[in-house]
Amino acid sequence: MTVAKPYETVIGLEVHVELRTKTKIFCGCSVSFGDPPNTHTCPVCLGHPGVLPVVNRQAVEFAMKAAMALNCEIADVTKFDRKNYFYPDLPKAYQISQYDQPIGRNGWIDIEVNGETKRIGITRVHLEEDAGKLTHVEGGQASLVDLNRVGTPLIEIVSEPDLRSPEEARAYMEKLRAIMLYCEVSDVKMEEGSLRCDANISLRPWGQKEFGVRTELKNMNSFRSVQRALEYEEWRQADILDSGGTVVQETRRWDEAAGKTVSMRGKEEAHDYRYFPDPDLVRIVIDEEWKARVRASIPELPDARKARYMSEYGLSAYDAGVITSSKKLADLFEDSLKYTKDAKAAANWIMGELLGYLNANNLEPDDVKLTGQGLGEMIGLIEKGTISGKIAKTVFRTMLETGKSPQQIVEEQGLVQISDEGAIREVVAKVIAANPQSVADYKSGKEKALGFLVGQVMKETKGKANPALVNKLLVEALKS
Amino acid sequence: MSISIRDVEHVANLARLELTEEEKAKYTEQLGAILAYAQKLNELDTEDVPQTSHVLPISNVMRDDVPRPSTPIEKVMLNAPDEEDGQFRVPAVLE
Repeated sequence: MTVAKPYETVIGLEVHVELRTKTKIFCGCSVSFGDPPNTHTCPVCLGHPGVLPVVNRQAVEFAMKAAMALNCEIADVTKFDRKNYFYPDLPKAYQISQYDQPIGRNGWIDIEVNGETKRIGITRVHLEEDAGKLTHVEGGQASLVDLNRVGTPLIEIVSEPDLRSPEEARAYMEKLRAIMLYCEVSDVKMEEGSLRCDANISLRPWGQKEFGVRTELKNMNSFRSVQRALEYEEWRQADILDSGGTVVQETRRWDEAAGKTVSMRGKEEAHDYRYFPDPDLVRIVIDEEWKARVRASIPELPDARKARYMSEYGLSAYDAGVITSSKKLADLFEDSLKYTKDAKAAANWIMGELLGYLNANNLEPDDVKLTGQGLGEMIGLIEKGTISGKIAKTVFRTMLETGKSPQQIVEEQGLVQISDEGAIREVVAKVIAANPQSVADYKSGKEKALGFLVGQVMKETKGKANPALVNKLLVEALKS
Repeated sequence: MSISIRDVEHVANLARLELTEEEKAKYTEQLGAILAYAQKLNELDTEDVPQTSHVLPISNVMRDDVPRPSTPIEKVMLNAPDEEDGQFRVPAVLE
């Protein structure tokens, strides 16, 4: 049920993406996930006195690449600044970030919601270091600090307040993730924290130019929770405004279990970070040659691929959009076309059987063993009549789970289609003899009876008979 | 530009410093004197001088993305005032 909303929703997102470098941004410690606490630390990332950070070139290039893929202008000169605040997950008591000279500015991406394309502005993309991880001891007397994550390179992507619904926010997040995956600058796994999102949301009466009072939302750990948290907050703020109240500007935490946002009191006082240039790091000058080299490394991005799939292979906008939303699916599709010319068939198998399987089992495209070659060759087997479309579903399922080639699966499981007319005629004769009533029904004009008889033949042959041939031979036999 | 006692209180709060009234008065005066001294720079004409974020005439000092051994955990923990299971133990931080 949709009710006309009295307020316009305004949302801006700040997204943090962990870059997939081998080492941290300012020291040679390995970037890790899930290793024993504090085993990937050194005097630099522990913030010991007298140490000097040196920036990781790969992190700078990944940040440039990501900013370019988001259509940003790339800075000619960029530098690092210190953002000062006290928190136990930040051993230096400042985070090295970028303040007034971010790597990228003024970018945009296009999102699609309800079949309409909308351009969302990107204010800036900057490079910074991640903080550590805190866990809270039961009973609340103490917190434990693991500094393995300190110094992991991050980019922060700040959007313009261009998003107008939680659904658009989710579409934006999904598009960002796809672009980061295509560029191979990050694994962008929300559940492992390599993609994190904070949101600013406010409401205003339709037609009003000024923004309403906003709240900042934190702790949303999945695409679904981003949308849910924003939907809750949209409702909460509307409720306050409806009753004549005013929204308090504050930071609120999304409580996934309770399904609501909760005020984080005390986080407000010190939004005074006293940024200043980090004297330990020299500025970075990015010349045209360097920009050109990084730009050349950006692969074809989702929107371009989608357009190409539509024009080159005749896919529908919807199918092309779904397939290109995941690099894995798009690569699978294209790989399969080296082995079959039937792009529509390949798209149909991906859209139908593959996505159905992934959804039913709550899996990601990376979790299955299917290869593009397997898919292409399987379509070839159907075209040659070696297997029927029905048997192909069994083959496809086996490929998803085992990664074996379709030929091997067909041989191992004895799935070769029976296209030998003599063999099928024998079964047809047997079925006709065993079902005199259906035969009589068919002869008296009941077309339906044919379907039943075809089914019986397929059953006798364990689904392996060529269905077209069965139809043809059965009709011939019944008419003779 | 002079500094007020409220500025001192704000900065002290950011630095987690607890100051007595006498200290606040003293630091207001001292910090004011330091800022007044720095004010002298404003007498210079800097119209055509580009902003400087770093005094060294070098740029693009970077390292390759090659891992180096981290510090053994025993050494890391030598500086921990309190420790539990290989982690730094600190006063409770509430969300």
